[in-house]
Amino acid sequence: MSQSGKRILGVGAAVVLTCALIGLYVSSWATSMPPTVAATPVLGAGGGTQLTLETVPSIGPNYSPTHPSWVSYLIRQNGKWIHSTIFKVRANSIVHVTLYQYDSASGLRNPFLSQVQGTVGGTATIDGKTVNSIPPEEASHTFVIPEMGVFVPLPGIPEGAKTPCEFAPCEGADHRTVSFSFRTGKKGRYRWQCFVPCAAGTIAGFGGPMQTLGYMDGFIDVV
Amino acid sequence: MSAESHPAQPEGNHARRFTAIWLIASLIATPLVIFVLGPELPPGNGSDVASGQVTDNTVLLAMATPVLLLVVIYLLYAIIVFRQPAGAALEGPAVRGDTKIQTTWIVVTSILVLSLAAYGTVRLEQGYGAGSGSGPKPLTVPKGPKLEVQVIAQQWAFTYRYPGYGGVETTHLVLPVDQTVELHVTSIDAIHSFWAYQLGVKADANPGVDNVAFFRPTTEQIFEVHCAELCGIWHGAMFDHGRIVSAPAFALWIREQQIRFAPATKVLEPYAKTYSPEPTRRAH
Repeated sequence: MSQSGKRILGVGAAVVLTCALIGLYVSSWATSMPPTVAATPVLGAGGGTQLTLETVPSIGPNYSPTHPSWVSYLIRQNGKWIHSTIFKVRANSIVHVTLYQYDSASGLRNPFLSQVQGTVGGTATIDGKTVNSIPPEEASHTFVIPEMGVFVPLPGIPEGAKTPCEFAPCEGADHRTVSFSFRTGKKGRYRWQCFVPCAAGTIAGFGGPMQTLGYMDGFIDVV
Repeated sequence: MSAESHPAQPEGNHARRFTAIWLIASLIATPLVIFVLGPELPPGNGSDVASGQVTDNTVLLAMATPVLLLVVIYLLYAIIVFRQPAGAALEGPAVRGDTKIQTTWIVVTSILVLSLAAYGTVRLEQGYGAGSGSGPKPLTVPKGPKLEVQVIAQQWAFTYRYPGYGGVETTHLVLPVDQTVELHVTSIDAIHSFWAYQLGVKADANPGVDNVAFFRPTTEQIFEVHCAELCGIWHGAMFDHGRIVSAPAFALWIREQQIRFAPATKVLEPYAKTYSPEPTRRAH
């Protein structure tokens, strides 16, 4: 093979290799998903399943070395907090949610979302008190499954809290406890999200963790 | 190259034959487009503006049909009649241009384009924006009573406010049939676009902008609502179904919404054409 032929072959091979590497990177990025975590079955008369979640102001380096400062949801399974926002629940069943909220208030952009909707009784229990709405300015996050009509605002911890959480998991830090139940319908994948512009330092508070699966939005897999 | 390789027919005959074929094809195809294909064109007849868009699409297609046929038939005619004989490698005669044909082409296409522009402008204003957002101050406004409804877009959902009913906000869009609607579309964060396909309504939702669109639903139906502006990870999920219902059904539904969303209505900002994108507290 001539010198120029070898050169062309070499350049061609380098281009193909580069394209393949870029393709692999993009496809792995595009298809990477957090693990799916099944809700815990609830024994007893009421039955159903239990989701135990927490919202933290910063996920921390242990869970996300690349984005330790991002706000995030986590789910507890078998006593461990798992960094995921894809939850599996049963179809046509009741889902009980207990949510430990460790973040401070950001306020809702649309006060309409301060009302609890789509839960059993149209209410949620916040720190033991049953409510059907919260003051919009006190919202830190929301847990919303639009297609199911489930809207639950989550109030922030008070300003000047003595032991605010730094990184997940936040057990022991100041928090609000929110619990509610909702009923699932037919099987399918339903997306859920936070509606509070809580992604500090991003455009309109809706970049970064709001636009990345695994932080402030995810799926409810109804099976 | 000589003309010996091509059919020995005077150029005038080709022109006459081609024109005849094109005319006949156009006379057959254009009525078919108008009367057979036209009624099936999108977006259907869900509202007055949707029906108007069907008419406009029909007019555009009817005017484009002879032009399309001209090009296609010319190509086919050339392929068939001026086909190079097998085994020969001959060049065709040099084409040196024809002032008459060129002038005719320019004049005819200019007339077509200008008349379509005039037609479009007239239809746009006759139809009060033809279902599109006309900005905060539309040039033309339909007469008579109108139901004012506000579309509020945010990442990633649409909600709807009814100022005539205590400013109640809802998660779904329900409207009465045969009632002119004055839609005010806005956003409280990024750029979105409200698109109710079957109603023929599409209006950009920009933060700080009141984008007004008019339409009158003409049949009871379920219609789709999409966001038509790429607005983030869940853009594709900004999808919902709305309903056009009878006037009594709408009255019942809106009353139910007022009761259901009473707690939220109490804390809503007073109804306004636009809202500040700043949340009640800044992002921390």
